[in-house]
Amino acid sequence: MTAVFIPSQLQSYCGGATRVEAAGATIDQVLRDLDRRFPGVRFRVVDEQDRIRRHMRVFVGKEAAVDVGMAVREGDEVLLFGALSGG
Amino acid sequence: MANSIQLLIGTRKGAWIYRSDGDRRAWAVEGPMHLGQIVSHFVLDPRDGATMLMAVKTGHLGPTILRSTDGGGRWSEARRPPAFPKSSDPATARAVDHTFWLEPGHAGEPGVWWAGASPPGLFVSEDGGVSWDSVAGFNEHPMYAKWCPPDSGTPDGPLLNQVAIDPREAAHMYVATSTGGVFESRDRAASWAPLNKGVEANFLPDPYPEYGQDAHFIAIHPTNPDRLYQQNHCGIYRLDRPSDTWERIGAAMPAEIGDIGFTVVPHPRDADTAWVFPMDGTTVWPRTSPGGRPAAYVTRDAGRSWERQDRGFPSEQGWFTVKRQAFCADGGAPLGLYLGTTGGELWMSDDEGAGWRSIGAHLPEIYSVVAAPPP
Repeated sequence: MTAVFIPSQLQSYCGGATRVEAAGATIDQVLRDLDRRFPGVRFRVVDEQDRIRRHMRVFVGKEAAVDVGMAVREGDEVLLFGALSGG
Repeated sequence: MANSIQLLIGTRKGAWIYRSDGDRRAWAVEGPMHLGQIVSHFVLDPRDGATMLMAVKTGHLGPTILRSTDGGGRWSEARRPPAFPKSSDPATARAVDHTFWLEPGHAGEPGVWWAGASPPGLFVSEDGGVSWDSVAGFNEHPMYAKWCPPDSGTPDGPLLNQVAIDPREAAHMYVATSTGGVFESRDRAASWAPLNKGVEANFLPDPYPEYGQDAHFIAIHPTNPDRLYQQNHCGIYRLDRPSDTWERIGAAMPAEIGDIGFTVVPHPRDADTAWVFPMDGTTVWPRTSPGGRPAAYVTRDAGRSWERQDRGFPSEQGWFTVKRQAFCADGGAPLGLYLGTTGGELWMSDDEGAGWRSIGAHLPEIYSVVAAPPP
């Protein structure tokens, strides 16, 4: 299982939790597992073409993901952030 | 309580409901709902009087549809929001940036909803807004790339900004776009054809093209569905079917006011009466009330003449902008009119536009105002 940091923008999906666990060997798999437990959360982070949305950031540890195919290894932490998006 | 109504207000920062007493004099405010969500449209299903849908996104998060069946008390999210099909070609892959318009389906099709999106896309739900499908008849049309060229359209992105359904025939539909103008379908969205004859596009080399216009708003008249009004980027028009040529009724507007605006509101019981709210479309397009003097204009003869209605509005230094979904009428007698400004003010008239008064201020930028019967 992978620890996933949930930003404030998505905590309403997770009962207010700031950190949850999800399973998967890639970011895509982790987000799909997250979506099974918290329906709707994936589509607000990733669009229908599987692209990470413009104002969302996904990290595996300290490494920024450019796509959802990035590998997630045992012990990694996945961090989701809302990036700057204007006023 | 014959005239009591509720106003569903969508703003750039959340939603509110204003509920009136029977005289439409006192208003109770409920909200904010979904504070911080960008609410493009907030609509009650007139067929069941209970289901509400709200099109939302945030600065960070992708778009979705929120749904309530208890008058706005509890909300749940669409199980499958509007989305384009997965594409194998990343260069042309489309993703919904935001759903802009929500249209309850024909009265004979309970549970059906239509949605317009940016980039231009048409979507349908057959289950009351829970799950949505891409409408291939428009979104995969062989002419799509020409009707909806990328990187064109509004500052918020190119739009399929409206869906309108003939109340006599569920299969007869119109859509308005910011990229190609108006399109018509007679087979329930399976096929489409442009419907733009007579409509100017003064920003193109051919000012009267088959398609390419910017249709800000269209209105089918409910008691005479052969009559359509359109507020276009380039003027106010009327179309009386079966003609397919729009007439520029904005030509009768005062020259110093012009006929540019975002929206047109027909009188629900009189097909010859409609209101517009002009904005300054000169020079660099301020899109504010001409001269800083806000006014509605009404025609009572199908656009042959227009009357200014400004009593109650600021007589100077009033720089209103009223967006596409932010001007509407109720069904009361006399008719009530309502508009919201990008400055977060809510105005109403309870005498068909003769006099106006402020009923709300200090809201975020108002995107939509929808009048609906009370719960």
